[in-house]
Amino acid sequence: MSLGSADWWPFFAHFLAMSMLAVGGAVAVAPEIHRYIVDERGWIDDTQFSAAMALAQAAPGPNLLFVPVIGYAVAGLAGAAVALLGMLIPSTTLALAASRWGSRRREQRGVRAFVAGMAPITIGLLLCTGGLLALPFVRAPMAWLLIAGTVALSLKTKVNPVWLIAVGAAVGAAGLL
Amino acid sequence: MTPAAPHSPDTPGELMRAFNRLAMQGFGGVLPVAQRELVERRQWLTKEQFVEFLSIGQIMPGPNIVNMALMIGDRFFGLRGAFAALTGLLALPLVLVLVLAALYARFAAEPMVAGALRGMAAVAAGLIIGMACKLLPTLARNPLGRALCALALLACVAGVGLMRWPIAYAVLGVGGAAVLAAWWRLGART
Repeated sequence: MSLGSADWWPFFAHFLAMSMLAVGGAVAVAPEIHRYIVDERGWIDDTQFSAAMALAQAAPGPNLLFVPVIGYAVAGLAGAAVALLGMLIPSTTLALAASRWGSRRREQRGVRAFVAGMAPITIGLLLCTGGLLALPFVRAPMAWLLIAGTVALSLKTKVNPVWLIAVGAAVGAAGLL
Repeated sequence: MTPAAPHSPDTPGELMRAFNRLAMQGFGGVLPVAQRELVERRQWLTKEQFVEFLSIGQIMPGPNIVNMALMIGDRFFGLRGAFAALTGLLALPLVLVLVLAALYARFAAEPMVAGALRGMAAVAAGLIIGMACKLLPTLARNPLGRALCALALLACVAGVGLMRWPIAYAVLGVGGAAVLAAWWRLGART
């Protein structure tokens, strides 16, 4: 358990802020969560962070669930609850308040400009998240093969990702990475 | 209003079960399953309504599918429906992933478990890069134009990925500039 009593508020506040910055999905803010939780605070290390991301990908459900898994790695079940609530409260409040407002105005110039301007940022942040997860494998040629193969298969086929994850787990468990 | 869909859920409980079912089928992203389940199988939404919910969900911060679940639930049963859909989407997958995390924490020292997680992390990296690549062609129709899109994307990757900026700089700085540019271009066209 690496959170002292003075750390809970900054931990919660970080996820409140991430909730509002997550344009285009929760996975897009993974690099920022990593920068804060791993680099700045040192609450968990790189291996634990990648493991949390991998576990969330291996389980069914929305990608967002990597957030409580990281919370769990930092501070057990309480950490998972605090992280998930922080990630959900601001955006759900806004979504409920704004859904009717947005649906009436989605043709307006301001709304269209927002969607258009944020689209390249969203894709850029996804690439950063992918790069962050690939970083531990800089010196592992087998892993590069696995990553490139996954990219190719997910682009060219409709294969269910769970099979790719299973292949990755098998290759890794066999000690080939 | 777009024309109504042929069916609708009878109770918030039915809504919750539907969202639970689609969440439990979603590995590496729930959106495609949501489309199949809500539009094709149950016919609670028309294709047009689904796209409408999706585009509003994308405008707003927060996970798209969570925003969509809230709005769809809200449309059918108000606040009760919104929370029923959210609970269906998150509750069981959350329990499952935390059980996995607890098991991992107990066996992390086993070389086979650590190796399997390394392999899964590599595949996860590939899946996310693949998702980004699949979205790239959508930028061709962006009112910003290809050059500005490429510039914003590269600035974001260089800043956040290489120079480790806080993400707020990318979203508010680069994103803000791109939104202003798009605003200007949309005005210039009409």
